[in-house]
Amino acid sequence: MNIAHNYKKWFIISVLVITLGLVFAIVNGVNLGIDFTGGTMIQFDLGKEVPLDEVKTELDSFDLDEEVIHAGEGNHEVIIRTKKSLSNDIRLEISEKMENKFEGVFLGASQFSPSVGDEIQEKALVAMLLAAIGMLAYITFRFEVLFGLSAIIALIHDVLILLAVYSIFSIPMNSSFIAAILTIVGYSINDTIVVFDRIRENVKRMKRKDSFEIASISIDQTILRSIFTSLTTLIVIGSLFVYGTPAVREFATPLLAGVLAGTYSSIFIASPVWAILKTNKG
Amino acid sequence: MKRRNNKLVFFLIILTIAVTAFVTFNGLNIGNYTIESISDSVKLGLDIEGGVVVVYEAQTEQTGTELLRTMNQAKSVMSNRIDEFGLTEPNITIQGEDRIRIELPGVENTQEALDIIGQTAQLEFLRSVDENFVLPDMTKEDFDYEDVLTGNDVKDSNVTQDEYGKPAVGLELNDSGTEAFFEATKAGGQIAIVLDGKVISAPQASSAIPDGKAIISGRFTLEEASNLSSLIRGGALPVEMIEVQTDIIGPTLGLDAMNKSVSAAIVGLALIVLFLVGYYKLPGFIASISLVFYASLILVIMSAFGATLTLPGIAGLILSIGMAVDANVIIFERLKEELKNGKTVRSSLNFAFKRAMRTIIDANVTTLIAGIVLFNFGQGPIKGFAVTLMIGIIVSMFTAIVITKAMLINGLAIDAFHSKKLYRG
Repeated sequence: MNIAHNYKKWFIISVLVITLGLVFAIVNGVNLGIDFTGGTMIQFDLGKEVPLDEVKTELDSFDLDEEVIHAGEGNHEVIIRTKKSLSNDIRLEISEKMENKFEGVFLGASQFSPSVGDEIQEKALVAMLLAAIGMLAYITFRFEVLFGLSAIIALIHDVLILLAVYSIFSIPMNSSFIAAILTIVGYSINDTIVVFDRIRENVKRMKRKDSFEIASISIDQTILRSIFTSLTTLIVIGSLFVYGTPAVREFATPLLAGVLAGTYSSIFIASPVWAILKTNKG
Repeated sequence: MKRRNNKLVFFLIILTIAVTAFVTFNGLNIGNYTIESISDSVKLGLDIEGGVVVVYEAQTEQTGTELLRTMNQAKSVMSNRIDEFGLTEPNITIQGEDRIRIELPGVENTQEALDIIGQTAQLEFLRSVDENFVLPDMTKEDFDYEDVLTGNDVKDSNVTQDEYGKPAVGLELNDSGTEAFFEATKAGGQIAIVLDGKVISAPQASSAIPDGKAIISGRFTLEEASNLSSLIRGGALPVEMIEVQTDIIGPTLGLDAMNKSVSAAIVGLALIVLFLVGYYKLPGFIASISLVFYASLILVIMSAFGATLTLPGIAGLILSIGMAVDANVIIFERLKEELKNGKTVRSSLNFAFKRAMRTIIDANVTTLIAGIVLFNFGQGPIKGFAVTLMIGIIVSMFTAIVITKAMLINGLAIDAFHSKKLYRG
């Protein structure tokens, strides 16, 4: 396979996904989690599947502008989410109503005031920035500049793809999402390094060949490895996703998307970018 | 001789792993000596066990030492209230400058508990001078009044009965309170008893009361009367506290999530073992044994350090299992290549481990960087994730590299282990 030679194809796929994400973000806006915007989430067990409309009708009088989704086994549970930060009094009233109307059992709640949301958001941004600087420093220190640069571009690609996926499916971005992004950024470099290691070896061995050829050969030699290392991680995250409750799934979703994006970029983005940089420089 | 020693080492490692895993998951009981199984000894986080985390923010313009004093007062009032309710192992801390964070593990009726903890509980007796009749549920703003006394004038409070035998709250006033109450009842009219600005009851003073004893009656249930009396005993908050962040986890929600995550871990582990053994044969089998060792080791470490297991923590652990295998995949793929090039099993093994080291360390260091940043900037649950992820990465490197290698190299003392067929997928 001439993966490095066909780089245009791979780049276009990624650019399409990212553009689509951007379009969705512009049209629908970005869906931020309640820990960033402030808001309230309450979960009830209703003992049977109750149509969401019925639940919403009951909540009309509170004027929450809420979002209600099913959860749990057989959709017996409902999660009510609103961007309004509700005081304990109102939460108690809602609980009473759900108890009286549907014999609902209160399972749990979280609430964030807007000021706390702003703080969490700010901290998340600082964390992202610091992690990026830390990794940039490490990669630059461990690799030649061109490898480091290509690895960083691949990482930015992964983050953009993750953001795009979240924007396209309108999944709320929250603290778990940020944690997952950082983990993925740390992890995705793993696969990239495997390929780069091989390129480094092959550059010494194949002095005659051009960078694109070396990149393609190296990818061919390591593609199984890249796929299998991701596979093992995907297996565990996948089982978390399948078995997890909503709280657990909130963590598993971005990790799942991230590992996939990371594997794609280490095969189809990182090495071609290196070859382009190397050719243009040389 | 050396060969025999190597064989011995190989089986000793396997024995150690088997014993460690057994004791970790089942516990041990020899005579008086007992080791608890991990499910009994590891501390579970609030998000699993159930409970409340709530952060209150003081609504005040105060700064510096003045603010600090107010916050300490508020903290002790809140502690009093929590004690009054007999809630176990509360953790109350001042967070930043103007916030109080309260963690209450395993509370039932969590929402009711919060209702009481967060009340300002400013108790006031006001003598109405309004021409209209004062009714319960009116606010202070609804009528004209003269101040009589506040909650600070109350010496003690208990649950009693009103004249109709209904539960009521009895008050015993201090000297200045007794005096003020006497004057007010002598003047006559309605005495409104007001909690946080809202009228609870407004009895008509028919005669002067000199003994400093008062009763608040107001359609209470026994529980309500007892709550109010505890609130009055605990004192009013010096400042209004607003709930800025809450997490309430019912006991079933957290346990359910943990059980499901544990099943996820078991299924994930089983699938990985299948993959490793099916694809990498002998080395895969050895790596699977290391993986079991990894799983028990990490739980022992967490329990030894008294770390608390949270849901994101479990996610971090499970993720690190996946990553632990990464290292083995990198090594074994290299091993297959070396064998194909015609090297012996021993030199292929040595070369594969040596060559793969760099890659594995690079890859893990970057994830560690992410972990460190998360630990420093993350909040509660994210911190839990960062801790287990970091411990997981370090321990997994040890088991995936050191332990797996020790078993494979020492295992070569067994003649059958030299067959290349066992190493090729």
